[in-house]
Amino acid sequence: MVYLTRKAEFSASHYYHNPEFTPEENQRLFGKCNNPHGHGHNYTLEVTVKGQVDQRSGFVVDLKELKKIMNREVLDAVDHRFLNQEVKEFRDRIPTTENLAIAIWNWLEPKLKVAQLHRVRLYETQDLFVDYYGEA
Amino acid sequence: MKAYLTRRYRFSASHRLHCDAMSAEENQRVYGKCNNSFGHGHNYALEVTVAGQVEPKTGMVCNLADLDSFVKQKILKRFEHENLNYLEEFHSVVPTTENLCIEIYRILEQGFHLAKLEKVRMEETMLNSFEYAGGREIGR
Repeated sequence: MVYLTRKAEFSASHYYHNPEFTPEENQRLFGKCNNPHGHGHNYTLEVTVKGQVDQRSGFVVDLKELKKIMNREVLDAVDHRFLNQEVKEFRDRIPTTENLAIAIWNWLEPKLKVAQLHRVRLYETQDLFVDYYGEA
Repeated sequence: MKAYLTRRYRFSASHRLHCDAMSAEENQRVYGKCNNSFGHGHNYALEVTVAGQVEPKTGMVCNLADLDSFVKQKILKRFEHENLNYLEEFHSVVPTTENLCIEIYRILEQGFHLAKLEKVRMEETMLNSFEYAGGREIGR
């Protein structure tokens, strides 16, 4: 088994708010991230796929194909977007890095016929990242 | 859904690698430049990984403010700009980054109960890094 990782970058804005909580609770729990006008990050996404090396091509996956799927399924959906308002997954779910990593897995996994998805790693900043392996 | 959240911190400290049970020559042979009796320092990077279900109400595995506050109080305050050899925990343990990882894992495991600790990873320099998961194999 060989693992291949492809990186991508995108920028998006979001804010954290749960309508079930009082404004004070939201403020206490989410702090500065609760500003309803949103704030932004430069995210770095790492998508890792795994598979056997194809004897003829020497590839685990055709990178062109992987790049195309990542662009279409992820970057087109989130790059330069306000996640809370423009991405349907986040109408009723808080766009934390955890939930965004899970959403990215759910977008990519059914479309990836060319290799098996192993991990989605999403950096919100250089000092914070989330890994999701499709676990329940 | 289970996710793994990693937070990165930095601190600087000095140490000297020296084992009292070894002769001067052996210390020199084993630790080389790191055995310099005056010590030397590093800019360490510490990565703490916690794992768990994403809480539906908050969208979080763990509230970062809680993790940051614990790490600042109990780890960064303890080690930042210290000479590790002078700290009690390294009186009889050589302050290698392996042992520092184990010590930091112990502090987290004993004191931080708001999420499950998965592993601790430390970079001593840009070229050396160490990981410890309480003795478990690191599969992911």
